[in-house]
Amino acid sequence: MSYPENLKYTKEHEWLLVEGDMGTIGITDHAQEELGDIVFVDLPKVGGKTSKGLSFGSVESVKAVSDLYAPVSGEVLEVNGLLATSPEQLNTDPHGAAWLIKVRMDSPAEASDLLSAADYQKYLGE
Amino acid sequence: MAASPDLQKTPLNDVHRACGAKMVDFGGWDMPVQYSGILDEHHAVRTAVGLFDVSHMGEIEVRGPQATELVDYVTTNHAAKLKPGQAHYSGLLYETGGFVDDILVHKIDDTHFFLCVNASNQEKDYRHIVARHGETAFEAEVEFASPRYAQLAIQGPLANETLQKLTGTDLSAIRYYWFTDGEVAGTPARIAHTGYTGEDGFEIYIAPEEAPRLWQEILNAGREAGIRPCGLGARNTLRLEAKMALYGHEIDASINPLEADLAWIVKFDKGDFVGRAALEKTRAEGLKRKLAGFEMKGRGIGRDGYEVALNGSVAGWVTSGGPAPTLGKNIGLCYLPISSARPGQAISIMIRDAAVEAVTVETPFYKRPKSAGKSA
Repeated sequence: MSYPENLKYTKEHEWLLVEGDMGTIGITDHAQEELGDIVFVDLPKVGGKTSKGLSFGSVESVKAVSDLYAPVSGEVLEVNGLLATSPEQLNTDPHGAAWLIKVRMDSPAEASDLLSAADYQKYLGE
Repeated sequence: MAASPDLQKTPLNDVHRACGAKMVDFGGWDMPVQYSGILDEHHAVRTAVGLFDVSHMGEIEVRGPQATELVDYVTTNHAAKLKPGQAHYSGLLYETGGFVDDILVHKIDDTHFFLCVNASNQEKDYRHIVARHGETAFEAEVEFASPRYAQLAIQGPLANETLQKLTGTDLSAIRYYWFTDGEVAGTPARIAHTGYTGEDGFEIYIAPEEAPRLWQEILNAGREAGIRPCGLGARNTLRLEAKMALYGHEIDASINPLEADLAWIVKFDKGDFVGRAALEKTRAEGLKRKLAGFEMKGRGIGRDGYEVALNGSVAGWVTSGGPAPTLGKNIGLCYLPISSARPGQAISIMIRDAAVEAVTVETPFYKRPKSAGKSA
């Protein structure tokens, strides 16, 4: 699995796609691989808030539950309904169809300290 | 990534790593948690056959003219009732009635018993049995035999036909919870009709040096049946559906067998045994708490250690919880006050500060369909 160059990454294994002041948030292929079979995703409601570095939900695999950490602060504009019925999509297309939420970022500058695809892969290799 | 040098390894460690298994530290053992994925492995065991390396499990042997008396003194079930070639589930208790371990007792003959015990408890179990033996005059010897055995579990509706290809022993003649000494793929094996999955199957005890070859032979023999190598992840979801206890979760030193809904392994109609007085006291005073099964009603999964609330106050805790892949539900086991530990009780599981609805249910959650006669 390759890590798209147009995404930014956290050390907690989330990714962020920035389009203007819109941010799309997901988990990385490495995250889904580590979690194993994903069976449940708990996400905030539209209108909720995310705070950079804080938990905004959780993802549960057969064996464990993991927190989701927000790469940026913002207001939740959209939640991926696919994951309510097909959480296993997170195992097959984590960088695409199985995005988690879209937010209006409070401050797009918050994204500047996130990792590039190359740096994230380097981080995984360490 | 290599295993930490501090972790213990089974004879199949290199095989697991070469197959790309995901490895975890399980009670000090470097063990495969999954190969193809927990769900895939779980379904393989329910519908076809799965192969597990359970060589981390310990073995203790008791021999001597009074082996039966010693086993009956240190365990809760009635070993004297076993016939040669028969096995049963039993408890090893402290004087307090709490569990040292839960074990399988196999009677080889009147002077020889073979105990299968939990991996992380094996040294503790051995020391416990030796110490309790020291208080008696029973003529018997206790051996820590783990280094002499590897153990493989072949589990699932097609376990019999898979293993039968490799042995001259008629497997269908071995009744459930009986065993026989025979050969598998040309090597001596203790073949037991036992398991920890709620499915039909066998557990075989073999020499450690033969384990890698037998692992491959069994995978080859099960290819047409759709065999999967399985890790501890699937072992856990399978045993939870079947409501089989896991030491450190449903049972430990603070829990007695009556609380754990395991009264059936305690035989008060035999002589004295370690823990008996405490259990009789518990029975006389009445149980205060008991293990119960639950199903989630609300969104979420009750996980191990989460608190359980009754009418808004914390009343118990989840011992094991997770998805039940065969049932398509989220299930778990929990301790509840005795008055509430019956099916149909509305409870809440405290999931990350939110009270999520659940209800207690009949257990086991899953019971394998009874096969009509010999399997195809």
